[in-house]
Amino acid sequence: MLLIPCPWCGPRDETEFHYGGAAHVAYPHDPAALSDAEWAKFLFFRDNPKGPFAERWSHSAGCRRWFNAVRNTATHQLLSVYLPGESQP
Amino acid sequence: MTPPLFRTEAGGLVDRSRPLRFTFDGVAHEGFVGDTLASALLAAGVHRMSTSIRLGRPRGVLTAGWEEPDALVQVDEPFPEVLPATTLELYEGLVAHSTAGQGRLSTQRDPARYDAMHLHCEVLVVGAGPAGLAAARDAAGRGDRVVLVDDQPQVGGSLLGTGATVAGVPGGQWAEGVRAELEAMPDVRVLTRTTVLGHYDDNYLVALERRTCHLGADAPDHVSRERVWRIRAGRVVHATGAHERLLGCVGNDLPGVLLVGAARSYALRYGVLVGRRAVVMTADDAAYDAVVDLVAAGLQVAAVVDTRPGGAAPHRVARVAELGVDVRAAYGVVGVRTPVDLDLGHTGSFVAGVRIAPIEHGDVVGAATDVDADVLLLSGGWTPALSLWSHAGGTLVWDADRSAHLPGVCRQRVEVVGAAAGQPTLVDLPADAETGAAATSWLVPGEDGARDEIVVDRARDVTVGDLVRATGAGLRSLEHVKRYTTAGTGSDQGRTVGMLVAEVVAGQPDGAAIGSLPPTAARPPYVPVSFAALAGRDRGVRSDPVRVTSMQDWHVEHGAVFEDVGQWKRPWFFPRDGEEMDAAVLRESHAARTGVAFMDASTLGKIELQGADAGMFLDLLYTNLMSSLAVGSVRYGVMCRPDGMVFDDGTVLRLAQDRWLVTTTTGNAAAVLDWMEEWLQTEWPHLRVRATSVTEQWATIALVGPGSRGVLAVLSPDLAVAAEDFPFMTWRDTEVAGLPARVARISFSGELAYELHVAWWHGRALIDAVVAAGASAGITAYGTETMHVLRAEKGYPIVGQDTDGTVTPQDLGMSWIVSKKKADFIGKRSFARADTARPDRRQLVGLLPADGTTRLVEGGQVVAMAELPAPPVPMLGHVTSSYDSAALGRPFALALVAGGRARIGDRLFVTDQAFQTVPVQVVDPVLVDPEGARRDG
Repeated sequence: MLLIPCPWCGPRDETEFHYGGAAHVAYPHDPAALSDAEWAKFLFFRDNPKGPFAERWSHSAGCRRWFNAVRNTATHQLLSVYLPGESQP
Repeated sequence: MTPPLFRTEAGGLVDRSRPLRFTFDGVAHEGFVGDTLASALLAAGVHRMSTSIRLGRPRGVLTAGWEEPDALVQVDEPFPEVLPATTLELYEGLVAHSTAGQGRLSTQRDPARYDAMHLHCEVLVVGAGPAGLAAARDAAGRGDRVVLVDDQPQVGGSLLGTGATVAGVPGGQWAEGVRAELEAMPDVRVLTRTTVLGHYDDNYLVALERRTCHLGADAPDHVSRERVWRIRAGRVVHATGAHERLLGCVGNDLPGVLLVGAARSYALRYGVLVGRRAVVMTADDAAYDAVVDLVAAGLQVAAVVDTRPGGAAPHRVARVAELGVDVRAAYGVVGVRTPVDLDLGHTGSFVAGVRIAPIEHGDVVGAATDVDADVLLLSGGWTPALSLWSHAGGTLVWDADRSAHLPGVCRQRVEVVGAAAGQPTLVDLPADAETGAAATSWLVPGEDGARDEIVVDRARDVTVGDLVRATGAGLRSLEHVKRYTTAGTGSDQGRTVGMLVAEVVAGQPDGAAIGSLPPTAARPPYVPVSFAALAGRDRGVRSDPVRVTSMQDWHVEHGAVFEDVGQWKRPWFFPRDGEEMDAAVLRESHAARTGVAFMDASTLGKIELQGADAGMFLDLLYTNLMSSLAVGSVRYGVMCRPDGMVFDDGTVLRLAQDRWLVTTTTGNAAAVLDWMEEWLQTEWPHLRVRATSVTEQWATIALVGPGSRGVLAVLSPDLAVAAEDFPFMTWRDTEVAGLPARVARISFSGELAYELHVAWWHGRALIDAVVAAGASAGITAYGTETMHVLRAEKGYPIVGQDTDGTVTPQDLGMSWIVSKKKADFIGKRSFARADTARPDRRQLVGLLPADGTTRLVEGGQVVAMAELPAPPVPMLGHVTSSYDSAALGRPFALALVAGGRARIGDRLFVTDQAFQTVPVQVVDPVLVDPEGARRDG
């Protein structure tokens, strides 16, 4: 079980958190302006790298706040955490 | 009572002053405190403890620990369970019997308690052998919080079963001394009878402590039988030791064939000789030291045959030869003579003699000779126990000099010490530490050169021939061979046979070098663990939180039958004397359509939104326009995922300019709140909105039926209840039965109806008041089943029942609720996708069984033909809801049917559970009051 450093609460057990998939997939500013292919890419297509991956977590059984983390998908090591809206370090 | 024939005169760690009586396979025996079932049976000369799972061969004990592949016994009393006899600490009154490869699960409820604890420490040491004790003492000396875990009742590890000394002190005595030292320190905890099951990320380990299992029927009720320890450690030390390897030879699976180290453990730890006269076959020097101990304990060793061409180091050979043992290098066991036919019910050793022959490059190269012996002891050297290291993500590196995989690197803070790391041990060694070459082969053919019948994995009855068939089928990786043959998948996880399997796989034509074959991955749990232990106290009523409303007592008093909706207990129906469910539901729904009825709707999810931008936010969440809603009014809404599929529905009440109350489906309340928070925090943090769950702040009764206005008038005399004063889809703050209340005119049945909301703690007062006010009108309580019937008659879908994450509002026939004016809302763009515009999408329709009497099966498939053709049968959709209707006087159903709306009026068919078809007519889903005339009463 991962020990996840919530940026607000400090290190907590993984069971307190909820996973939110890839980070930095912003809701399009004007969905109507997108082609079907672009919209489908937003809806359904995500990177699945082996190695560092920026993803979202929610401390759902704690402070209930969302944050971003970079995790190595091959080792589960959390490399950094940062706030929503911040760019990936 | 059978006298213990094979117990030594003295010695061992058993307490000979405390005898224990037990029964195995119907025969009474006696052992001592400190015995395992295996050691006590061996003392009585009983070797056979099971029958193999596939070949049906008699099997005995191979090892003296958790790596045991074969001696799985079924405990009958005091509580049925299946365990290796080598791990079952003997207790008074134990009744067990041998298994045929697998046991039986108990059909009784386990009466014991189980619990769990959390631990945090700087250093966790796994294994209390010499290396682990030293590591724990070092860490504790630096002032760290230390936890030391070991699976045995005593500390000492290998010291318990060998004659080794440490710094001149007998091993067991040294170990107890260190334990005493450790336990005197304030921040050190020593957990014995505790096995680490898994080593997970960030040094999180789960261990199982067996607290009272060794006490049998004397186990006190108030102490948990087993305890799960959840440990988070800064640093972990694996001092997990090593497992002795099996050698492959004809007859190596018979009762009476044991590992050399196991025989030494039985002699030195338990005071039990595993036979009278042994032949030892080894591929490793350490077995010679064991032979010295065994001879000293009283076992006659006829011969030591060493499969290595050069045999052992000369000093070892000389020491054993001095004891009168015939030592032969480049020799192997090529056959075992048995005293009886294998199918006889013989319980002792199945070894009567051992045939040995010279071998070279794995072939028999000379005549075999017969050696009288009643036990055959094998040693293929030692495999470092690195399962936990692998759990933790550690890599393995092949060491050709030692013929073993040793720990490489690990991303976690873990280190491996002692035998597990292939390090020299702390124990005092003979002056000459030179050893012979490491083994390169673990397989000896039979006298006729044949190998195929030789058993490799005793737990799974996998032979050399089975492995050869796997490689013949093209499998090269050990993982693939494992899956194909099941070798290594037993409860012992093949700990004693990994190298033997690898040798056979590597030995095939075009086989890779043995060291280049990555071993199979070790996965938790390290040893079998019961579900009861993992569940701990969280079973029965504690397996999941139970949520009840503040009206629960009333429901129980009035005979409600409950159904689980998520964690909520909701009244399903209220049967009156002897009534079946169908009759009760017909009566309840009839009352709601013709008189007055009520239900507890408190479980409805409720979320209060506050903030200047809440209206804007709701416009983005819901498919329809919410911001235009007037204070005092209510609007129904549907929310979708970005892919356009329906996610939840409910009503929205505007409480004030900047305050809104959103209701959700019972099951989705938490998900909708999460959904709101996710969008507010991650996408639209600039919106000034706060969302709070108020589900358990408001107790709610739905008051339904043409008579509901009259009942409300009694309850709220100051409220103007006339239709024009209190129109549909509005709400009023008022008093109900003197309780501060919010009343909303909302209907989920098509009837005139009200939702009465009061503070949660007034729920019971409210329900009593409603019942009293409605008594003269014959008010009827109803449950969720009637609620479902009433809404289905009106074609109102239930999210999650009539939808499944692939259904758009348009599919539900609700295009009217999807705004065309709003610039955007979640899901809008998806409604312009080609897929959501397909005419053959599954759409919600009503189905009327043609015979007017058959109730369709929910989940039944909708097909176009009466006679089902050969599969694949073209499916048009499925039945999502199906009920008897009091209002219609017949059964009806809702279904999702491909191109359903265009099929209204058609005849289709629905399969039942016997794959017969029922003819149905496709109809509009709104079957009762399609004009909506009833909602004003």
